[in-house]
This record gives sequence, structure tokens and C-alpha cells, in this order.
Amino acid sequence: MVSDPIYPLSAWELPVNFNWCLTPITVLRRDLLLTLRRPAELMTTLFFFIIVVSLFPLGIGPQPELLREIAPGVLWVAALLASLLALPRLFAADHADGTLEQLALAPQPLSLIVFAKLVAHWLTTGLPLTLLAPLIALQFDLPSSTVWVLVASLALGTPILGAIGAVGAALTLGLRGGGVLTAVLVLPLYIPALIFGAGAVEATLGGLDAGGHLSLLAALTVFTLTFAPWAAAAAVRISLD
Amino acid sequence: MAIHWFKYAAPASFYGLAGRMIPWFTGAAVVTTLVGLYIGMVLAPTDFQQGDSYRIIYIHVPAAWMGMFTYLVMAGWAAAGVVFNTRLSGMMVQALAPTGALFTFVALWTGAFWGRPTWGTYWVWDARLTSTLILFFLYIGYMALRASIDDPRRADRAGAVLTLVGVVNIPIIYFSVQWWNTLHQGASVRPGSSSMATVMLTGMLVMAFAAWMYTIAISLARVRSIIIEREQHSAWVGELLVAEGHGRPSGTSEALPGSNEQGAR
Repeated sequence: MVSDPIYPLSAWELPVNFNWCLTPITVLRRDLLLTLRRPAELMTTLFFFIIVVSLFPLGIGPQPELLREIAPGVLWVAALLASLLALPRLFAADHADGTLEQLALAPQPLSLIVFAKLVAHWLTTGLPLTLLAPLIALQFDLPSSTVWVLVASLALGTPILGAIGAVGAALTLGLRGGGVLTAVLVLPLYIPALIFGAGAVEATLGGLDAGGHLSLLAALTVFTLTFAPWAAAAAVRISLD
Repeated sequence: MAIHWFKYAAPASFYGLAGRMIPWFTGAAVVTTLVGLYIGMVLAPTDFQQGDSYRIIYIHVPAAWMGMFTYLVMAGWAAAGVVFNTRLSGMMVQALAPTGALFTFVALWTGAFWGRPTWGTYWVWDARLTSTLILFFLYIGYMALRASIDDPRRADRAGAVLTLVGVVNIPIIYFSVQWWNTLHQGASVRPGSSSMATVMLTGMLVMAFAAWMYTIAISLARVRSIIIEREQHSAWVGELLVAEGHGRPSGTSEALPGSNEQGAR
């Protein structure tokens, strides 16, 4: 195992056996590398986010008070849709070329590998969305105090979107109409994240403390990140049958 | 005396058991529906605030209860399927889903018609209404997933994962929606918050019982169709068809005319 050429990092000779975490780290590095080699996909998701958000003022009207009022909901729903569209990136390519089967055969727990994929996915989807949000908030004339809450809520909430989405994406691997089906499965489960995330920003807009919302959102993130990789791993195994 | 609990986990033996149980549950459903409707529509007095429109409660509340409860039963069967890997569990989940979705839809529909005369609107974003709507979406998601998977065993397992993820999320969704609701709009109108007369409560409980009996009867009937459809190539179905005079010579493994793996709606 240690001298296995497939695991470039396994040259680490540690007194405690940490080999179980080498595969997940390799998967994380690989996924990051693959996404960064094809930055167009990443940019498409981000531009989708910007375009959807920009459609709302055009549909509703440019009154600043109105825009400020709807901004938290619009930004969050757009983030929801953008991460939904990014979900096929998680497993679809690996499923198509057989990599996913090899990962499922690895001696390390599949849930850990799925978790590594989720981290890579968040770094290339959730994090850029979060960093882009302040810019969009300017379009909606959000006061700067709320912008920070918006960034915090997206930073806490986007991992939930990826983790729950991973279950839906894994369940629909290789099925007809996969994309729309994933949306139908996953969007109802996104509702708590939407409520707490948009609620935090709205509370700040209304002069209230956002701490309660953010704490609940953080609790939800921890809960989801604990259980979703497990369910997603089960779903991946089902799809590989 | 050991009881062979798993004997009826085999679809072939459950098929017969379900067939023997269906008449009893159907009869109970018909009788309790008639009794419940009689209590609700004739014996129960007119409400002094809402007039006769409150009588929709005899459909609405049992349907809402049944819609919620059916999802829990589905999750129970899904968990049993994951743990014991029994084929019947997945079939039961599949058989229950349309009835659960139907009851949830009936609850929303009758709720709209009840809300119009009492609240003056068909729909409010009340916590209960919203979470019932989301429950309806979960049912739709399950059925959509099932419908797009051709292999019934894979559909069983995928559906089980989705149902279990859904049932873990239901309390979270419910409480988040409730909290969202209290933040957005003050206390909203709640049906049935006033103390109910005994006769009204009796009528409602009898109707709830009728909904249970109906759900059991219809899901057993549906699971029988699912069993026959999925086991159509097995020997016992061939013998059954010959015994019932459908004239398929035993030994051939030809599919039943007009049947495919689309499942029972």
C-alpha cells in the first residue's frame, strides 16, 4: 500500500497509520486540478448566478427600496439555482469514465471520498459564489453591514447546498432527464437553508440581530455535512449496481 | 412456538395474504366512511361562527393526517428494505406513495376551499400549509425518481435513500417554516383552535380511521399488482395465471400482454 504508485502522497511515513486519509486527499487534489484546468465550467456557474440576479430588477422595476427588500431572497434563490446547476460536475464525469467505480472499490470509506469531493466542489462553486455576492449586493443597494452577513450566510449555507445536492446527484446518475429530476428531488430539501440564510440577511436589514439565524444555519451545516456524505455514498453505490 | 415473521416477506406468500386482507379493510373503510359522514354531515350541529363550511374538516383533517403519516410508514418500509434487503419493502414504499400524495393533495385542495369562506383567501403562507406543500413535493420527488429508473430493484434502493433523507428533513423543514412564518407575519388564523364539540371530534376521528382503512386496502391492492408485474416471469405467477384460467401455458416466460416495468402509477 505504502509503495503503491497510485497514491503519490503515500510516501508520508507516519508513526500512526494515516493511510485512510490519503485517498480522500488525492481525490480532493485531483478534483480541484480538473476544475482549474477547465475554468470555463466554473465561470459559467458564476455568470449564471450574476445573470439570474440581474434579471430580477428588470422584471420587477428599479426602485431601490423594493430591490433592497427583495435582495436577500433573490440572492439566495439565485445561489440555490447556481449550485443546483453545478451538481452534475460532482459525479457525472467520473461516472461516465468509470472513475467512480474505482473510487467505490477503494478500501477507504466511500463516504470519506465523497466528502473530499464535496470539499473540492465547494471550493470551486460555493466559495466563488460567496466571494461574488458582495459585488451583486451593490447592485441591490444593500448597506455594507448586511453585506457581511450575506457573505457569512452564504459561506455557511453553500456547503449544505452541495452536500444535499450530492445525494440527489448521486441518485440520478445515468438516468433520463437527470438534471430536472435532481432539481425536483433536491430543491424541497434546500428550503431550511434558504429560510435561515435569507432570514439572516433580512433580519440585519430590519435592524435585528442575525446571530440566531446564523447559528441555526451553522448547526444545519454541521448536521448536513455529518450525514449527507454517508447518504450520498449509499446513493453512489446504488447507481453503480 | 416460533412465528415465522419473515414468511410473508416473500412477495409470493404476501400476495395471497394481501388478497385475503383486502376485503376486510375495504369493508371497514366503506362502513367507517358512511358512519363518519353521517356523524359529520347529519348529526353534528352547524358551527355558529363558520356555518356549514366547517364540515369540510371531516375530509380535510383526516387527509392531512394521513398524508403525513403515510410518509412515515413509507420511511419505515424504506428502512426495513435497507436493513433486511427484502424485496417486499420496496414494493410497499412504491404502493404507498401515490396514496400519500393523493391525501396530501386532497388536504391542500380542501384546505383552499375551506380557507376561502373562513379566512377570505384560498392560500396563506401559514406554516402548516407551507410544510404540507413541501411534503407534497417530497412525494412527487419520490415518484419522479421511481418513474425514471427502469430497474425496479435499483428504483427500490434509490427510493429508500430518498425517502429516508426526506424523513430526516421533515422536522427540520417543519420547524424552519414555522419560524420563518412567525417572523414574517404575526399569529395567523388556525383552524379548529376553539374547543370542539364531542360529536364533531367523533366524526373527525371516525373519518381518520376510515382514511387509514382506505389507505391499507388500496396499498395492499396496489402492492398485489406490483408483485404480479415484477414477478411475472416466475413460476408461481405462471401457475397462478393458469389456475385463474388466464391460459398461459406454464413453462413459457412470455411477458403479460400490455405490461411493462412502468409500475402501478
